[in-house]
Amino acid sequence: MPTDEPVPAEQFDDMAQQRRSIHLGMWAFLATELLLFGGLFAGFTVYRVQHGAVFAEAATHLDLTLGSINTALLLTSGLTLFAAEQAITDRHRGTGLLFLLATTLLGAVFLGIKGYEWYAEASHNLVPVLGWPFHYEGQSPAIAELFFNFYFIMTGLHAAHMLMGVIALGAMVFLVGRWRDAHKLDRQIRMVGLYWAFVDVVWIFVFTSLYLLRA
Amino acid sequence: MSASAEPAHYLTGGWSLRGWLLTLDHKRIAWLYAISITGFFFLGGIAALLIRLELLTPAGDLLSSEAYNRLFSLHGIVMVWFFLIPSIPATLGNFLLPMMVGARDMAFPRLNLLSWYIYTLGGLFTMVAVIAGGVDTGWTFYTPYSTLFANSAVLAAATGVFVVGFSSILTGINFIVTTHTMRVPGQTWLRLPLFVWANYATALIMVLATPVLSITLLLIALERTLGIGIFDPALGGDPLLFQHLFWFYSHPAVYIMILPAMGVISEIIACFSRNPVFGYTGMVLSIMAIALFGFLVWGHHMFVSGQSLYAGILFSLFSFLVAVPSAIKTLNWTATMFRGRIVYTAPMIYALSFLGLFVIGGLTGVFLASLAVDVHLHDTYFVTAHFHYIMVGGAVTAYLGGLHFWWPKLTGRLYPALWSKVAALALFIGFNLTFYPQFLLGYGGMPRRYHEYPEAFELLHVMSTLGTGVLAIGYLMPLVYLAWSLRYGERAPANPWHAKGLEWLAPSPPPVDNFVTTPTVTEAPYAYR
Repeated sequence: MPTDEPVPAEQFDDMAQQRRSIHLGMWAFLATELLLFGGLFAGFTVYRVQHGAVFAEAATHLDLTLGSINTALLLTSGLTLFAAEQAITDRHRGTGLLFLLATTLLGAVFLGIKGYEWYAEASHNLVPVLGWPFHYEGQSPAIAELFFNFYFIMTGLHAAHMLMGVIALGAMVFLVGRWRDAHKLDRQIRMVGLYWAFVDVVWIFVFTSLYLLRA
Repeated sequence: MSASAEPAHYLTGGWSLRGWLLTLDHKRIAWLYAISITGFFFLGGIAALLIRLELLTPAGDLLSSEAYNRLFSLHGIVMVWFFLIPSIPATLGNFLLPMMVGARDMAFPRLNLLSWYIYTLGGLFTMVAVIAGGVDTGWTFYTPYSTLFANSAVLAAATGVFVVGFSSILTGINFIVTTHTMRVPGQTWLRLPLFVWANYATALIMVLATPVLSITLLLIALERTLGIGIFDPALGGDPLLFQHLFWFYSHPAVYIMILPAMGVISEIIACFSRNPVFGYTGMVLSIMAIALFGFLVWGHHMFVSGQSLYAGILFSLFSFLVAVPSAIKTLNWTATMFRGRIVYTAPMIYALSFLGLFVIGGLTGVFLASLAVDVHLHDTYFVTAHFHYIMVGGAVTAYLGGLHFWWPKLTGRLYPALWSKVAALALFIGFNLTFYPQFLLGYGGMPRRYHEYPEAFELLHVMSTLGTGVLAIGYLMPLVYLAWSLRYGERAPANPWHAKGLEWLAPSPPPVDNFVTTPTVTEAPYAYR
C-alpha cells in the first residue's frame, strides 16, 4: 500500500539516520575517488616540475577551444542538475525531467567532443600507445610522449567517470519519468548530484593542469 | 538444528545455499569471509612451507630458482592481499562492529555482501593467474621488472589485486558510516570499545589509501597493455615513482593489518585482567595517531632506492615517531594487567604472545628506520623477520586470539580449554623458533629471496624450518578443535567470560537482529571494576 510517509530500510531506526548514513557513505566514496585521481595528479606534478618546458610546449598541441567549450558545457550541466534536484524536491515532475534530460545531454555532448578531440589527436599521430606512430615536432619528443601518456590516462579516467555519470543520469530520467516513490527519488538525485559535482570539479583540475599550463 | 524448541538465532533456519550466498546479515557475511580467508591462509601457508623446506639445505635442491621466486611471490600476494588485509576487519569486525555499537546490522548490508563477492572472486582469479601464469615479481610488483620483463601473467595478477581493492574500499565505507551513524543512545565516541576505534581507524586507511594502489596498478596494467611509459625511464618516466605510489598505500596497509589486531588485544587483556583498559583516551589517541603517521612514512621502504637523502631523513624521523603511539599502547596494555586478576585462558595466552612478539617486531622496526643501519640490513632476512613479527606474530596471533575470545558468541559453543592453550603455546614457540633465527641470519648478511645460501647459515635455517613445523601445528590444531566444537562443543552461555561490551548482552549465538531489546549505554567501556 503506497503511503506518503517515507519508510527507512530495515537496519535504520528512522529516516534521519538513514539520510545521514547515505550522505556520509557517499562522501567517503568520493574521498576514495579523490585519492584515485590524486595518485595520477601526484605523478603528473612530479613530471611537470621535472620536465617543465617540454610539458608546457606539448600542452600547446591540445585543442584549447574544444577544451574550453567542454568546460563550459560541464559547468552548465552542474547548474541544470541543481535545478533538476530542486524541481524534484518541490515535486515538479515535468520540470525535473526536463532539467535532467538537459544535464544528460550536456554530459553526452561533452563525451562526444572529448571523443572527437582524441580522434583529431590520433590523426595527428599524437597517441603514443600500442606502438602507434608518434610524430612530434617540438623538443624532446620522448618526454612529450610522457605528457601525452598522462593526457590520455587522465582524460580517459575522467571520461570513464563521466560515462558512469551519464548512465546514472539516464537511469534517473527513467526513474523520474516513472515517479514511484518521491522520497526515494529525493535521495537518489542527491547522490547522483554529488557524484556529478565531483566529476565536474575533477575536470576543472584536469583542464587546468593539461590545457592551461601551456607555453 | 534439532527439533527441540531452541530460541531462533542467526544460524537456525536457512541452511540452504541461497540463505548463505544471498544473506544480508553481517554475521553470516562474516562467516563467508572467514571461510574464504581461511582457504587463502592455508594456501599461502603451503607456499611458505615449501619455501622453508627448500631452505633446509644450503644447495638449491628441492626447487629451481624460478619455482622458488614464484612460490615466495604466491606466498606474499596471498598472505598480504587476501589474508592479512581482510582478516580481522572482515570477519571479527564484520560480526562485532554493529553489535558493539548496538546496531541491528551494518549501515549498508548489500555493499557488505558485494564486498565479499568482489573479494572472493577477485582473489580466486588472482590465484589462477599467479599459479597458472607463474608470477615471480614478489607481492610488490616493482617496476621496471613487472612492466618490461616479467611474463604477462603480471597483468592478470595486478588486475585481480586491483579488483580486490574495491572490496576493501566498500568494507571501509561501511565501517566508517556504521560507526558514525548507527550507535545506540548513550554509546558516545569516548565510550566505544577500542576494537571499534581500531576498526574505524583501519577503515579510514582503507578508504584513503586503497585508491592510490588502484591507480598505481591501473598504470602498471596500462603500461603492459597499451605500452605507455609512466614508469619507463626510456620515456623520461621514473620507476621510483611507482615505489612512491605503491608504498603510499602499502605502508598504511601495514596499519590496516595491525590496528584491528591492537583492538582485539585491548578487549582480551581488559577482560582477563578484570581491569579497565589503562589510559583509554590515550589509547584512542594513539590509534588515530598511528593511522595518521602511517601515511607519512612510506619512504622508509626506499632508503636505498635512490630517493633524496633529505627525504630519507624526514621519512626516518616520521618512522621513529610511529614508535611513540605504539609504545603508549604496549605500556598501557601492561599497565592494564597491573594488579589485575589475570586468568590464563587461551585468548589471554594469545594476547600475551602478541605483546611479546609485537615488542620485538616494533623495536626492530626502529632499527630499520635508522638510515645508516638500514643500508646494512635492507633486503636481508632481518627485514623478513621484522615484518613477520608484526604481521604474523602480531596480526595473526591477535586474529586467533580474537577468534577464541568471541568463538562462544560467534557459534554458541565452547571449545576444549586445554587443547586451545596448547595450540596458543605451540604458536608462540613455533613462531619464535621460525623467525628469531632470521634476525640473526639477516644480521649476518643473508639476503632475502635466495633459494640457496652458504653453508655457514645452515644451522639457523634448519632451526627456522623446524619452527615452521611447530607453527603449522599451532595453526592446524585450532582448525580441528574449533570445527569439532561446532557440533560437539559444550553450549556457551551469553557471556562465558563475564566480559563487558554490548556484544555480550546478546544471546549466544545472537538472534538475526542481534539484540532481543535494543541496548542503551550508561557507563564507560571496560567497567570491570
